[in-house]
Amino acid sequence: MNVTVSITRRPEIADPQGITVARALHDLGHVEVTGVRIDRTIHLDVEGDDPAAVEAAVTVMCGQLLANPVLEDFFVEVHPSVVSS
Amino acid sequence: MRAAVVVFPGTNCEHDTVEALRAGGAQAELVWHRETDLSGFDGIVLPGGFAHGDYLRTGAVARFSPVMEEVRRFAGEGRPVLGICNGFQILCEAGLLPGALIANRDLAFICHHVEVEVIDVDTVLTAAASPGQVVRIPLNSYEGNYVDPAGSARTVMRYVSDPNGSQDRTAAVANTAGNVVGIMPHPERAMEAVLGSEDGRVLVEGFVASLERRTAGV
Repeated sequence: MNVTVSITRRPEIADPQGITVARALHDLGHVEVTGVRIDRTIHLDVEGDDPAAVEAAVTVMCGQLLANPVLEDFFVEVHPSVVSS
Repeated sequence: MRAAVVVFPGTNCEHDTVEALRAGGAQAELVWHRETDLSGFDGIVLPGGFAHGDYLRTGAVARFSPVMEEVRRFAGEGRPVLGICNGFQILCEAGLLPGALIANRDLAFICHHVEVEVIDVDTVLTAAASPGQVVRIPLNSYEGNYVDPAGSARTVMRYVSDPNGSQDRTAAVANTAGNVVGIMPHPERAMEAVLGSEDGRVLVEGFVASLERRTAGV
């Protein structure tokens, strides 16, 4: 099944990319923009029948490799109806 | 006085590092990242570059290279472990040093000499330096912006003026015992005046001396 992992940098950690993009949007006249954060999305195809088990496995993967616990939070979303290619 | 200089796929500073260690009086040898036994060495250096392409995050994949078990063992046994630039990033990802390195504040790849002040001389890198000593060595990184949300890092060296947004202008940190050190600028590229600076010598020679103390069992 298909799994989406959203990895977000914690609010207290600076995001130089987001700051630069916010500045560029201001330069284009979009002065109503008060903040930009750029996150990472990872799509996984995972074998398995049990969505809860797949979610648990991917959560372990996040702790080991996909996210850096010093900087980032993660959110795992399992899509059981999406068949892996 | 034998130092292992680890080569990951994508490492690119290994030869400079070996040359610098030899100039400092050590035996230094390249070691492939799949090596699992470094018991013939007194210390380990993780040099600069782009280990495993720096994919996902800098150091994120390198952390799981087989050699890292030996790096972890050396760190735990109090033996000298030094990470330079990408090596610093790998040590942070491995949890052997606190904090992490993110993109430079201005999103510029920085490649010039910087002045760095020695804060803590009780580490394997700074043992030969004096407190307050300022060295001029090259910085060469995009992800050199040090952050330590827990605020637990032991600051070893600090930029004289902030080049990249690093928290408290931190350029080098150590673990609590002082035997594991990560430094973002490159002392190994500042070994000869003809190359712009020889200020790196005091750091490299201090590291070599720490290998010697290890060999002597002190």
